[in-house]
Parts: sequence; structure tokens; C-alpha cells
Amino acid sequence: MRILRDTKLMFVRNMQHTLRSPIFILVSMFQPLLYLFLFMPFLEDLGGVPGLPVGKTVDVFIPGLLVMLALFGSAFVGFSLIDELRTGVIERFLVTPVKRSAILLGRVLRDAMVLIAQCILITLVAIPFGLSVNVAGFLLSLLLYGLIGISMASMSYSFALIYKSEDNLAPTLNTITLPISLLSGIMLPLILAPIWLQNVAKINPLSYAVNASRALFAGNFQSIDIIVGFIIIALLALVMFSWSLSSLKKIES
Amino acid sequence: MVENLIIETKGLRKTFISKTRNGKKELEAVRGVDLAVKKGEIFGFLGPNGAGKSTTQRMLSTLLPPTGGEAKILGYDLAKQQEQIRENIGYVGQTGGTDLVATGFENLILQAQLYGIDIHTARKYAGEFVERFQMGSFIERQASTYSGGQKRRLDVALGMIHRPKLLLLDEPTSGLDPQSRAYLWDEIKKLKAEGITIFLSTQYMDEADKLCDTIAIIDNGKIIVEGTPTELKSAIGADTVVFGFQDDKTASSAENLLAGKIRPEKIRTTNNLVYLSIKDGGRMMPELLRLLDLNNLEAQNVTLSRPSLDDVFLKYTGRSLREDDKQ
Repeated sequence: MRILRDTKLMFVRNMQHTLRSPIFILVSMFQPLLYLFLFMPFLEDLGGVPGLPVGKTVDVFIPGLLVMLALFGSAFVGFSLIDELRTGVIERFLVTPVKRSAILLGRVLRDAMVLIAQCILITLVAIPFGLSVNVAGFLLSLLLYGLIGISMASMSYSFALIYKSEDNLAPTLNTITLPISLLSGIMLPLILAPIWLQNVAKINPLSYAVNASRALFAGNFQSIDIIVGFIIIALLALVMFSWSLSSLKKIES
Repeated sequence: MVENLIIETKGLRKTFISKTRNGKKELEAVRGVDLAVKKGEIFGFLGPNGAGKSTTQRMLSTLLPPTGGEAKILGYDLAKQQEQIRENIGYVGQTGGTDLVATGFENLILQAQLYGIDIHTARKYAGEFVERFQMGSFIERQASTYSGGQKRRLDVALGMIHRPKLLLLDEPTSGLDPQSRAYLWDEIKKLKAEGITIFLSTQYMDEADKLCDTIAIIDNGKIIVEGTPTELKSAIGADTVVFGFQDDKTASSAENLLAGKIRPEKIRTTNNLVYLSIKDGGRMMPELLRLLDLNNLEAQNVTLSRPSLDDVFLKYTGRSLREDDKQ
């Protein structure tokens, strides 16, 4: 299959790029680590409020933090694409018979892989803080983070392909990611929010991902949150990827 | 369609539409271009910046959908058979397209693989190009460390690695030092000798003149004249012959003599130099010398210059290519 072969070529090539400057893998982990060390301690004394059982605050916080990493870790990958648009690399690929979808798939799959590695690292760091992990649930949650990564990376690439310059990309991405993260119950459970805010959060796909992530970490496999979260995020990934593909096809006209 | 035409276009057009505050603004980048590029030739597309050269090449390479007109590349319809066209052409854009993070060798291998070539053959092809373009000393280094000339060589190799029948080169030598330019010219000539058709755009007159079999001059989105370099230059007509004499007096006597006897298109004298614009200057030369000799007007030196493509551009557009560069 041409598409599989092309995707593999592109994936390997992009992965090589990432591994050539591995420092960037750690840089995007810096923010979640700060939250882990400097913010999570605040939550411990809050134990007992709705949504934060006593002594279990870390179990609520970490699954949300990983969703945040998935969001912010992949939302800014568009910058690398702008660089390659400018140097003509993407144009060179487009003149070859390589499948257009493979050019993007090779990128978003790389982004998802990097993200999953980061999520594993953060989880390992959090275990000494008393995090309890259901292994099967954790492995499934990695798939969920991968899908979030694909969605956000695709969105980032779409804007990169439309703007073709960094100037507008950073403000746009910031404007989108901040409300998404605030309205997803990443930091504090949404149950603590006023009703109107809870209602607004219902249109935020990420809030379903956070619920699914928490249920998976707890090994609560009967929870409807898991299947709902996966369906919504999978759909989001599909829509965002299609958008990036059509942006790539329209890039020249 | 004529059998041996590699590129054939009719009325190829491209209009860019940009949205501004005052509504839509149209920019006609290419306004009806007819091309007929023959198999095995180097076809030069000559024109100033913004003339529509790149836009045309990007349409021909399937990068940009045309607004109107028809095009056949290697017999394939540009509107319907883009896959086949992509497989059989090579394109080197103005910015090149070398991946700066990878090494030159990795660039070559991946490029070959993108054309469906297996890894072993890809290595073999890459090795051949490294040798041929003398890239051995730097090919294993990361491409971000390359000099302009080295990078350009790699760019062209990337466009060639799958052995296309047609190579599109968008201003391949712009920004290169004279030595790298000369080197690239030699390589382009070698490609032609191997039977590859080359469509090359340039804003350099000397490049078009030295390299191309056919030249189309494009200005403002339209081809204004087309022909071989010799045809274009002889259409200008006159060559310039300059005689140098011992003193001003001899020079003006010579001017009077020549003006009366041979009726040059133009003649003028500055100090001891006589400038003649004359058709077929080379063939006229012996007669001119004989005439001067018979009248005891001894020329101390003489130069003959053929019209340049600069003159051609000037004739058809009313301005010089170099003036445009300065703007």
C-alpha cells in the first residue's frame, strides 16, 4: 500500500528530526513538571471538597495534567511546518508522487509518539507523590492522549498552512488553547465550577477527555465517561486531520 | 499533439485573488502563455522579477492549479493526470527544498524513496549523484552547514534522483558565485547530452544565451518573443563595429567615407573612435578594411560585437532587464 509506505517514510524522517534535537522533548515537559511540583501541593489541603477525595488529590490531578500536556505539547507543532514551508521542503515533497495525507500523517503520528513518551515520563515522576495507577487503564489512556495529540497537531498544522507565517500563528494558538484548558477541568474538577461554567464546558471536547482520563487511571472501566471520551476525541482527531489535509491541498491556490 | 513536444500549453493563465479591505483584488500573474518545448532541448524562460516565470513553472510542476488554459506535460493532461506528471518530472524550486536538518545523503535517499524506489536502488542512485556532482566531501554532513554552491548542487541532484525525462529549474544559479555558476552550467549541459529536456527560468541574459536552445522572453505574464538566441539577436539586426584611429581628424575622415560608401544604419564618432551599426558586421569587415586602406586611413584597432539578449529585451519591452533589477 502506497499510503502506508509513504507514511512510514515520512514518520521515520520526522522522528529523526525530533531525535536530532531531543532537548525539545524535555522543554515541552517543563510546564507540566512545574505544575506537578509547584501547583499540586496546593490541592492536597483541599482534599474533601466535591470531586477531590481526601488523600486522592494526586489521582484526580495527574490524569488532568496529562491531558494538558497532550494539549499544549502538540498545539504548537505548526511552527516547525512553517519553517519547512519557507525552506521549500514541503514544496519539494508536493512535487513528488508522495501521498498528501502521508506528508501530514507522518508528522501527526510522530507528534503523538513524542507525546506518549512524555506522558509516560510524567506518570513515572508522579508515582512517588502517591499516584495510584491502574496499568490497563493507563495504557488505554495513552491511546487517548495520542488522539488528543493528533487533533491538536492537525489543528496547528492547519493554521500554519493557512497563515504561512509565525506572526499570526502564536496568538491564534494561544487564544484557542487557553480557554480549552481552563474549561476542561484540568486543574480543578468541573464539579467545583458554577453551573453556567459547567454548561459551557459541555461543548469543550477536552472536558470529556479529562473525565475519560480520570476514569481510566482509576480503572473504573464501567464508566460511560471512557467510551464517550474516546468517541468524541476520535471524531475530533478525524475532523482536524481532514481540515489539515484540505489546507495542504489548497496551500498553493 | 505533436509527438516530440515535452511541454505544450495553450493560453495558460493564473490569476491570484487576494482579499483586501476594499474587496477582492485580482492579480494576473500569467496571462495566456503558449509553450512548445521540444524533446531534448534546453528551453529558457527569460524575464525580470515578477514576470510570471515562477508561477508558470509552478503550474507546470502540478504545484499550482491554473486559472485557465490547457497544458500537456510529456503527453499527460495537467488537469487530469497529475500523478503521472509528478512521477516523470523533476522540479527544483527557487528556494531549493533541501532539508537542512538531514544530511545531504539522507535527503537524496528519502527523495528517491518518495518516488517509490526501493532502499537499495536509492542508495545506489544517491552514490552515483554524489560522485557525479562531486559532493563526496560534504554529503555526510548536515545540510545546514553547506555553502550556497554545495546546497544548490544538492538541490539539483534531488530534482534528478529519480531520473526524470523533464527537469524544471527555477532560477538555478541566482545568488551563486561565478565558479559555482559555471559548474552548474556544465552539469546542465551534461544532462541535456543525456537526452533530458530542461525547462529553465532565469533573469540572466548571459545564462540564457550560453545555455539555451530556445528562449522565450516573458514580461508581465505574457511571452513577448520566442526563438533561438541567434534568431532573437539577428532580429535586432545590426552588429556594432568600432574602429579606433590615431587621431580625431582621421576618425572623422573615416566617418565621412564610410557613411557615404556603405550606408550603415547608424554611424557616429567620438574622439578617435568610429561606431558603426551595420547588418552582418562579420561579413562586411573585409570590405570595410579594404575601403579604409584604399583611402590611406589606417585603423589601429577594430572590435565587432553581436547584439546581446539585453538588446533583444530592450527592443521588445522598451526597457533594460538590468534597470528592472535595480528597482
